[in-house]
Amino acid sequence: MKKKTKTIKVDYLARVEGEGALHIKIEDDKVSDVKLKIFEPPRFFEAFLRGRDFREAPDITARICGICPVAYQMSAVHAMENALGMNVQGPLRDLRRLIYCGEWIESHVLHIYMLHAPDFLGYEDAIRMAKDHKAIVERGLKLKKAGNEIVALLGGREIHPINVRVGGFYKVFSKKELSVLSENLKWARDAALETVRWTAKFPFQDFEQDYEFVALSHPDEYPFNEGRLISNKGLNINIADYEKNFKEEHVEHSNALHSTLKGGGSYFVGPMARFNLNFDRLSPLARQAAEEAGLKGVCNNPFKSIIVRSVETLYACDEALRIIESYQEPDRPFEEAVPCRGEGFSCTEAPRGILYHRYKIDESGKILDAKIVPPTSQNQKTIENDLWHFVPKYLDLPQDKLTWQCEQAIRNYDPCISCATHFLKLDIERI
Amino acid sequence: MANSSKPKVAVWKFASCDGCQLSLLDCEDELLAITQEIKIANFPEASRAVIKGPYDLSLVEGSITTPHDMTRIQEIRRLSKVLITIGACATSGGIQALRNFKDINEFISIVYASPEFISTLDKSTPISTHVKVDFELRGCPINKMQLVEVISAFLSNRKPNTPEHSTCVECKRKGTVCVMVGKGTMCLGPVTHAGCDALCPTYNRGCYGCFGPKENPNTDSLAKWLISNGKTSDEMVRAFRSFNAGSDAFCKESQVNEEKD
Repeated sequence: MKKKTKTIKVDYLARVEGEGALHIKIEDDKVSDVKLKIFEPPRFFEAFLRGRDFREAPDITARICGICPVAYQMSAVHAMENALGMNVQGPLRDLRRLIYCGEWIESHVLHIYMLHAPDFLGYEDAIRMAKDHKAIVERGLKLKKAGNEIVALLGGREIHPINVRVGGFYKVFSKKELSVLSENLKWARDAALETVRWTAKFPFQDFEQDYEFVALSHPDEYPFNEGRLISNKGLNINIADYEKNFKEEHVEHSNALHSTLKGGGSYFVGPMARFNLNFDRLSPLARQAAEEAGLKGVCNNPFKSIIVRSVETLYACDEALRIIESYQEPDRPFEEAVPCRGEGFSCTEAPRGILYHRYKIDESGKILDAKIVPPTSQNQKTIENDLWHFVPKYLDLPQDKLTWQCEQAIRNYDPCISCATHFLKLDIERI
Repeated sequence: MANSSKPKVAVWKFASCDGCQLSLLDCEDELLAITQEIKIANFPEASRAVIKGPYDLSLVEGSITTPHDMTRIQEIRRLSKVLITIGACATSGGIQALRNFKDINEFISIVYASPEFISTLDKSTPISTHVKVDFELRGCPINKMQLVEVISAFLSNRKPNTPEHSTCVECKRKGTVCVMVGKGTMCLGPVTHAGCDALCPTYNRGCYGCFGPKENPNTDSLAKWLISNGKTSDEMVRAFRSFNAGSDAFCKESQVNEEKD
């Protein structure tokens, strides 16, 4: 019998942030090559940082990504503070968790409602989905707004906030000023719970893999800015040892560097990794909602990441409310950062997973060297591996359906290609 | 309005962080109303549906940094009745224009281990360097309410109402105490284009120039004044060399100060 030989080609993968392409080659009914091609133009941020003042890092690195600028600012300030021997505690630390809650809500809800849900319900986009599900899309937009309101107040604006600095903030708020956020956040918490219940009912492909999940872990709290880096397969390291344990490779088909575990291989970062490694540190409400959605602390099916993102959105609303409730205005908005020669490391949990920054600075505070590893370059190889295993199961599907399913498998990771190049075009070739 | 008569709008991306096009999706209260009036014909970040051109309006984000993108922008211009750039990258070359002052090969080798795989230009240039642009919306990022104003103006065939005065004027209107006079904080407000509603001074910090130079900015006077108050030439170079480093006025001022340094 003649084996299947056909070519599928889509030029531009949509509903991801940035520009990329996927090329899958199928020969004699077998996948022979998978390449997640990133053609987003190279963007030299590490080089731009050399010679700049250490105080400029949060504003410059924010420009790597318009979707998760807070993550860049958080990793930058924590790495600089690490280099300067500072440890910012108390209300300033809480405010940093709060602004991160805002970004998780905004970024997760954008992905759940606008980018990912249309795949499960068979729409090209959320605008078309809104024609049949207006109330749901409106709920999503309002929920997203609740997250953006936190970032806009604490950060000054939603995209590239201006209020974050090494040592703290330029301006802090009174309890009364922060409490303005609570009313919408209470609504948002209910809406997030509804979102968990809504996404749990989606039809899911049966696709589980044996992943190595990597996330921050903190003894007392669900991780944002601090903790050790752990995995479900025995990794347990200080952030300063990151580069001893992970390596970045430059491959020909991508303007993003591929990151792998030394001696291990591909690994998985992001909401599912955090959830699987930190389930017991979610708030009781978020834990209960996850269990009712059928996720009892473990999720190995990346298609279900949409439920996990919804659970984390619920957590972020809950945590934001807790922080506002217990907030006491600090005496001053920041701790003075005095430059000194040193090297600093930080890893924080961006919405899409761990974001590593390392800086070397001289005695005047000038940046000598910078290294940044964004979440999507860490997931790139895992996405390719998923497609190696996913495509053979669905070879009988018509071309357009298979193509759409592959796109969906990529969107499971909410890839941010602008970050990773610091993009996606889909091209399945059957020979 | 009947579906077929709605204007076709496309959103295009070049080298950028996606933040300016995200601003459209960040219009949570206005987004569904806007999509009642326009047909989203090409917006890959939000939709996998692609409707072929020509387009009534193209919103362009990002700067030109690769040989391929130089050709792509020509094709987009050919397909677009009205072309509007959104944000500092598309309007002045953005933060990517920092490469314009350095040797690009050195940059490639700092970030990428195998430089032979990389295809890039040695300069990051705004869209207007390559094609005719009908309107430029400033900002890093753009102000989303200004984006709504630009789309509304396009729909009613009028000029967008986006003030061209300085950030300084916005501050005075808000009644914010001047951070430079009051606290000696370095501020680019006197030479920076309005659009953010003087955000930074409201948050106790000086303006750092996200919206680029205003019309006829007296950067020379500001830089001299700042230097006479204790700032260094190196600080001036960095201040003018950030997210609008490729704009004529900021580029020149940074070069003048670099020579002094």
